[in-house]
Amino acid sequence: MHFLTNYVEMAAMVLFGIGFTTLLLHRNMIKKIIGFSIMDNAIFLFLAAKGYVEGRTAPIVVDGVQSVEAYINPIPAGLVLTGIVVSVSVTALMLSLTVRLYRRYHTLDIDEITAMCRQEDDK
Amino acid sequence: MALELWQSIPFACILLPLGSAAATSVMKPRIARWWTVTVLVVVTALSGIITWQFWQGAAHYTYMMGHFPAPWGNEIRAGQLEALTALFFALIMLLSLLGGLKKLDEHIDPNKVGLYYVVILLMTAALMAQVYTNDIFTAYVFLEIMTLAACALIAIRRRGRTLVAATRYMIMNLIGSGLFLLGIVILYDLTGHLLMEDIRTAVKEIAATGQYSQPLTVVVALIAIGLCIKSALFPFHTWVPDAYGFSTPTSSAVLSSLVSKGYIFLLIKIMYRVIGLDVIAATRIGDVLFVFALVGMVMGSISALRQTDVRRMTAFSSVAQIGYIYLGMGLGTDAGMMAAMFHLFSHAVCKSMLFLAAGGLADASGNSKQFRDLRGAGYRSPIAGVAFTIGALSMVGFPFLGGFVSKLNIALAALEVGGVRSLLVLLVLAVSTWLNTMYFLRTVITLYRKPLEGASYPVEKGRRGFCFNAALVLFALQNVMLGLWSQTVVNAIVEGLSTFG
Repeated sequence: MHFLTNYVEMAAMVLFGIGFTTLLLHRNMIKKIIGFSIMDNAIFLFLAAKGYVEGRTAPIVVDGVQSVEAYINPIPAGLVLTGIVVSVSVTALMLSLTVRLYRRYHTLDIDEITAMCRQEDDK
Repeated sequence: MALELWQSIPFACILLPLGSAAATSVMKPRIARWWTVTVLVVVTALSGIITWQFWQGAAHYTYMMGHFPAPWGNEIRAGQLEALTALFFALIMLLSLLGGLKKLDEHIDPNKVGLYYVVILLMTAALMAQVYTNDIFTAYVFLEIMTLAACALIAIRRRGRTLVAATRYMIMNLIGSGLFLLGIVILYDLTGHLLMEDIRTAVKEIAATGQYSQPLTVVVALIAIGLCIKSALFPFHTWVPDAYGFSTPTSSAVLSSLVSKGYIFLLIKIMYRVIGLDVIAATRIGDVLFVFALVGMVMGSISALRQTDVRRMTAFSSVAQIGYIYLGMGLGTDAGMMAAMFHLFSHAVCKSMLFLAAGGLADASGNSKQFRDLRGAGYRSPIAGVAFTIGALSMVGFPFLGGFVSKLNIALAALEVGGVRSLLVLLVLAVSTWLNTMYFLRTVITLYRKPLEGASYPVEKGRRGFCFNAALVLFALQNVMLGLWSQTVVNAIVEGLSTFG
C-alpha cells in the first residue's frame, strides 16, 4: 500500500529481520554480535524515521523562528541517543564474554563451546 | 501540592543503590561488603516505611523528576502495590546476599569479589526503578541494566560452564530486549507519548475508533513475548537450568526470585497502566500466555523430575512456577492478576530460600549436588535441611505456607472465569501439584535417608556461619508468615491493583 512512500520504515523492518535471525540462528559469536548490532540499529533507524517530518528542520531556533510547524519532533532523536548508549554497552559486554570464551576454548562456535564445556564438567 | 518527606522515598530507593554502586567500585572488598549490606538494610527499611504509609491509607501519587511537568518530563509513581513489591524485592535481595556471603569468597577470584557488590547494588537500583517508574523508555533502560547486571552475576564465577551459561543467557535476553524495544517504539509511534498514563489515554481513543487495531496487536505481542523470553516462560526457558544451576548460590537466588519477577512486574504494569486489560483481552494475547503457561506448568515439572542434580531440579521447578504466574495473568481478570501477584511474592520468597539451602546441603555433602551424595544431608546441615523442607512443602502447596494460598487463589480465579478454561486450569493445577510433590518430596526424603554404604563426607572447615543460618531462618519465617497472614497481603494486593491503572 504505502510501501514505496514509507521506504525507510520498510528498510528498517527488513534489517530488523536480518539482525534478529542472525542473532538467533548463527553459530559464530562474532556474527551473532554483528546481528545484534544490526537489529538494534534497525530499531533506531525506524525511530529516527518516525520523528522526521518532510520539509522541516532540526529544532534549533535560528533567525527567531519559534513556530512548531518549522521543526521536526526531537524526542525520537533523544531516545535514539539513549538507545545507542545501551546498545554499545551491551555490545562491549558481549565482546568481552566472547574474548573470555575464545581464550578458554579456542573457538567461536557456540555449539562447539557448549559441547566442550559439558565434557569438561563430566570429567 | 506540597510533597511530604516520605514521598521522596522511591527516588531515594533508586538513587542510593545507584550512587553506592559507583562508589563501591573503588572500595576494598571488606568495606564494600559492609557498605552494600548497609545500603540494602536502608532500602528495605525505607520500603517498609512507605508500605506502612500506604497501608495507613495514603493515596498514590506521582513524583516529578526534574522541572518539566507531565507530558514532557520523567515521572515516578508510587502506590500500595509498588511499595509492597519494593519491600519484598529489597528484603529478598538482602537475605539472599547474606545467605551466600561465605560462598562468594570461595567462588569468585579474590581480586574481583569487590565487583560482586557493585553488581548487586546495580541490580537493586534497576529493580527499584523498574517497580516505580512511570515512563516506558526509562523502564527499557533499566531493563537493560538489569540484563547486564544479571549476566555479570552469572559470569563472575570463574568456570567454563558459567561463562557459557552467561553467554546463552545474554543471547536470549538480547532477543527479548530487541522485541520489547521494537514494541515500545511502535507504541510511541502510535500514541506520541512516553508516560504510561498518557499512553493509556491515547490507547483508549485508538481502541474506541477501531483504527490501528493491527499495529496495536503487534505492539502487545512484541512487548509480551519480549518479556516472556526474559522471564523464562516455558518455550523460552532453555537458558534457565545452566544459568541457575551453576552460578554462585546468591546469584541463583537473585536471578530466579528477583530478576524474572522484575520483568513480570513490568509486564503487569504495562497490562494495567499502559495498554489496559480490556484492550489486551481484545488482542487475545492473554490467551497465548495462558496456553504457554499451562504447557509450562506440566513440562517444567516433568523436566525437573528427570534431573539428578538438586540445583538443576530447582531451576526447572522455577520454569513451572513462572507458568503459574503467567496463568493468573493469562486469565485476564482482576482476580487472576491478584493470584499472579501473590504467587510472584510467594515464589520469590520460597525459591531464593531453596537455592540457598541447596547450596548449604551440597556443601555438607562434599560439594556435590547429586542426589546420591545428598543422602543424609539433612542431618549434616540441619538448618539448611529444615529450610529446604519448608520451601519444598510451600512449593507443593502444603497448608499454612505461601504456596498453598497461591494455588488456592489461582483455582478461585479460574472458577470465576468459568467454562472450559476453569476446567483446564483445575486439571493442569492438579497434575502439576502431583508432579511437584513427586520431585520435591523425593528430594526431602533423600535428605533424611541414611547415606550410602562406605560414603564419607569431609568435615566442613569451620561452620557455615551465622549469616547463612540467620538468612535461612528469616526466609523460613517469611514463608510461614506469608501463609498464616496471607489475607493481609491479599488485601494489600487487591487494594494496590485497584489504584494501579
